[in-house]
Amino acid sequence: MDDLLREFLTETNESLDVADVELVKFEQDPNNAQILNNIFRLVHTMKGTCGFIGLSRLASLAHAAETLMDQFRQGIPVTTEAVGLVLITVDRIKEILVEIEASEGSEPPGSDEDLISQLDALSAAPAAAIAAPPLVPADPVAAPVAAPVKSVMNGAAAPVSEPKQGVAAVMQQLERALKPGEVSMEELERVFRETAVEVPAARAKLAELDNAKAVATVGAATAPTPAAGSLPAVREAPHAADPEAKSARVEDHALSVSNQSIRVNVTLLEHLMTMVSELVLTRNQLLEIARRDESSDFKVALQRLSNVTGELQGAIMRTRMQPIGNAWQKLPRIVRDLAQELGKHIELEQIGAETELDRQVLEQIKDPLTHMVRNSADHGLETTEERRRAGKPDKGTIRLSAYHQGGHVIVEISDDGKGLDVARIRAKAQENGLATAAELAKMPDSQVFRFIFAAGFSTAAKITNVSGRGVGMDVVRSNIEVIGGAVDVTSRPGAGCTFTIKIPLTLAIVPALIVEAMGERFALPQSSVVELVRVQPNSFHQVKRLKDAPVLCLREKLLPIVPLAQLLGIADDGKEQKFDDALIVVLQVGNQLFGVVVDAVSHTEEIVVKPMASVLRQLPMVSGSTILGDGRVIMIVDPVGLAKVAASPDETLGSDLHNTAAAATAAQGQTTPLLLIRAGSDDLKAVPLSLVTRLEELEATKLEHVNGHPVIQYRGALIPIVYVNEKVKRAINGTQPMLIFSDEGKTMGLVVDEIVDVVDAHLDMQLSSDAENLLGAAIIDGQAAEILDVGHYIDQAFGSWFKRLSGTRDKSGGKLLVVDDSAFYRNLIEPVLKGNGFEVTACGSAREALDRLGGETRFDIIVSDVEMPGMDGFQFAQAVRGDPQIRNVPIIALASEGAYDLVERGRAAGFTDYIAKSDRAGLIAALKEFTGAIHGEAA
Amino acid sequence: MSQHVVIKQDVSPGGSQFVTVRIGPQLFGLPIEAVQEVFVPDHITHVPLCIPQIEGVLNLRGRIVTMVNMRRLLGLPDGGGASMAVGIEHKGESYGLIIDSMGEVMMLDNASREANPTNLDPQWAGLATGVHRLPSELLLVLDVELALARLTTDRAA
Repeated sequence: MDDLLREFLTETNESLDVADVELVKFEQDPNNAQILNNIFRLVHTMKGTCGFIGLSRLASLAHAAETLMDQFRQGIPVTTEAVGLVLITVDRIKEILVEIEASEGSEPPGSDEDLISQLDALSAAPAAAIAAPPLVPADPVAAPVAAPVKSVMNGAAAPVSEPKQGVAAVMQQLERALKPGEVSMEELERVFRETAVEVPAARAKLAELDNAKAVATVGAATAPTPAAGSLPAVREAPHAADPEAKSARVEDHALSVSNQSIRVNVTLLEHLMTMVSELVLTRNQLLEIARRDESSDFKVALQRLSNVTGELQGAIMRTRMQPIGNAWQKLPRIVRDLAQELGKHIELEQIGAETELDRQVLEQIKDPLTHMVRNSADHGLETTEERRRAGKPDKGTIRLSAYHQGGHVIVEISDDGKGLDVARIRAKAQENGLATAAELAKMPDSQVFRFIFAAGFSTAAKITNVSGRGVGMDVVRSNIEVIGGAVDVTSRPGAGCTFTIKIPLTLAIVPALIVEAMGERFALPQSSVVELVRVQPNSFHQVKRLKDAPVLCLREKLLPIVPLAQLLGIADDGKEQKFDDALIVVLQVGNQLFGVVVDAVSHTEEIVVKPMASVLRQLPMVSGSTILGDGRVIMIVDPVGLAKVAASPDETLGSDLHNTAAAATAAQGQTTPLLLIRAGSDDLKAVPLSLVTRLEELEATKLEHVNGHPVIQYRGALIPIVYVNEKVKRAINGTQPMLIFSDEGKTMGLVVDEIVDVVDAHLDMQLSSDAENLLGAAIIDGQAAEILDVGHYIDQAFGSWFKRLSGTRDKSGGKLLVVDDSAFYRNLIEPVLKGNGFEVTACGSAREALDRLGGETRFDIIVSDVEMPGMDGFQFAQAVRGDPQIRNVPIIALASEGAYDLVERGRAAGFTDYIAKSDRAGLIAALKEFTGAIHGEAA
Repeated sequence: MSQHVVIKQDVSPGGSQFVTVRIGPQLFGLPIEAVQEVFVPDHITHVPLCIPQIEGVLNLRGRIVTMVNMRRLLGLPDGGGASMAVGIEHKGESYGLIIDSMGEVMMLDNASREANPTNLDPQWAGLATGVHRLPSELLLVLDVELALARLTTDRAA
């Protein structure tokens, strides 16, 4: 492709974008000759250029459009249909341009007769319209402007081709005597003709011609306006009338504009940016060296270099800046088309279009912006009917505004429509399981609005082809978050809603926090870092575990925490996870708040983002790399990627946490985290926290009854509700705290009066209880607390579960090793066994159990599940029997009830006894028997 | 891609220069025009969660170079000891191929290049564009483009 063509394509595409915008403005304001002239000029220039480089198809299209516009200028009424047709023509020209670019310069075959004939028909039809009064009366000021400019162009590009009927038609409009200082139309005409002739008509000078026209337009517009009382305009007129002054101005103007800006290839800019980044890195390296070398002489020079580099960096960054208006350019057209389609009157206001931001960022927000404007037009604004009923003006307004704030650009998209429907969003959020009714009831509206950014969330009552398909706002949010931005929404019923987007100015250089994990350093973008928290055994903030998942209680929030090393897959598998002395970086991505555990935090630094090689680009957790002052390359961690895993741990992660958690419990000895509650009385009651799946609020109104038993709908299923005892309040309205227990599809809710606290306590049973629902009582933090028997409640809810434990406590327990792959069962049986005086170590797999058996602790008895993934109970028993160290340890098999054929096989494998999994009493009895025997022997 | 290989074999007359490198027990020849530089890899930063064939990245005079572990790429066991790296450019990006050791630069007659034996491990055959018989051993001609393209396909797999 030669340079001429490339330049033509760039220029024409720009012109067309402008034409799009101008046409839409023109449609609303058909009397504005200024706008019409702009469009006419653009199309005319294009026509000339096309002819010049031999693109006949484009030239004839442009010619037809130009003819129609010329008719507009002559006063034919401007109709939506006609503007629509010109817009379609613009689209067609764009399509052809794309093909020309693809084919490196040749026009695609095809005919545009269809469009041309329509355009011609429109231009020809109202020939009489010049005489007839136009639909909108022509503005006496605007119309005369059109004429001289046209003749200027004619004089330059096609001096004799067009008749001057326009001038005659227009001249008649000025029906008053000239005021002092005004010039007659003829005079102006003459001046402009003379001026224009001095401009060479060659194609290469077309740009200058544009400028000449631009000035001419200004001159013409100012000349006849003194009626409006504009003094400067009056003074301007005599100047314009002076041919010499005029031509001098034209030259000045042409010179200054062409000298002030040049077109630069984007690749060159990118290259410059890269070089400056290198320079910044080298400077950082030098500074690092200088820091170490106290006495060095080059410090002053280095300081200077440092400043210059900084300034250079700033300057280069500015070259990459573009006004945000570039991203808005297509919006007026889109809104116009939408308004037509939806039958609404919509006005698009743009404020702060000149606000600049990095072109890379600009590219990224184009689509989200378009989507949001479409949304506002479709859902935000009411129909004309509705607006009238609400006493609003027919025309709805969408306002786009942009401004700088700190290191960010804020873009707001607001409409004066009906606002978001809070009730609908609440209902939908509940329906989609995003929040419970109780949570929603407590939520302020501002928080409820944010649900519209959730995936698959659409409250549009009807799906239009514009929007309402439930994809969109979540994509908008993720697009914006990818570039480190954030989006929020506010709304007032009946008054409209406002979306606020906060985006960083640039992506090339970002402030980052340098952290360390497993001896490696990583950069965390500062924009996502909320705070740093140090957790120590006695510190205010503590890491707790909720069903094995570590969480940080930070003020009123409960944050999931994950070690960074684990997220990045560099964790040492063998190492136990401890959070007694941990450094936690709290990150926020969108609405998600979570903590990552790091080994050390070193400092913050402005890092230059280097893109990853193409083979490394799709990595989930890493968004780029950078070179630090010491020359080492480090990875930039992507907070969005972290959030995806940290906020919704997948299977493997969950199980990892599980195993390490189990190990940690074993290491801690006999303390058990307990959830303290009150139910029915002021006495404290406790439930092992590990058994609790979740804490929820029970909404009284949601309570239903099936077969006389209370149930609620919970996450798409009916779950039974059990009250701790008869004295627990049965709320008629409002909410009540509830513990959710679940295992293998069985889920139930246990209603209590109050949730008091979570404590780590030695589960030392002081009393065995005769009450069915209690395991006994224990002293917790100096207070007596009844330990609830969760098994009993599950039994109550589901009928046939674990039988009640009977028998008396025996102090002379032994060391037990419990092997079961179900964490729930382990957690259920552990407190029971501990309550019976055994020292319990629980393992999640046979492998882990064998490791433990190989360790220092000597176990008196092993209780093992039979069916386990990986190594099953039989293989485990054989392995134990094969080891001379532990071959004599009795092993009790746990199996599903009724699987008696397994008994024989179990005995053959080496199991000592067989107990049904559900028979807790039997298990305790058997354990006592065996340990008793052991102790007896020992005695 | 195979077309491209054929052209290389048939069209260029005379001799080609190869940088010889040793990866595991095997001697490979890299077309000299593909090789930008030879350096000792130092301070390689591991990239979390990437494929094992990529050893990591390092800073080579201000450029970030992606280091490819050639032993792993060729399915050879990891070898200990010091290693070298060959710097190459591929689609505007810098890569370093980690090899065991460098040999001399050899001028080899194109006519004496023989096709890959049919029983060559397909994993290797996909990267080699022929064999030269040297007096003491065989030299496999390594196609750098194919080797790096392998990284992308491995990632997809």
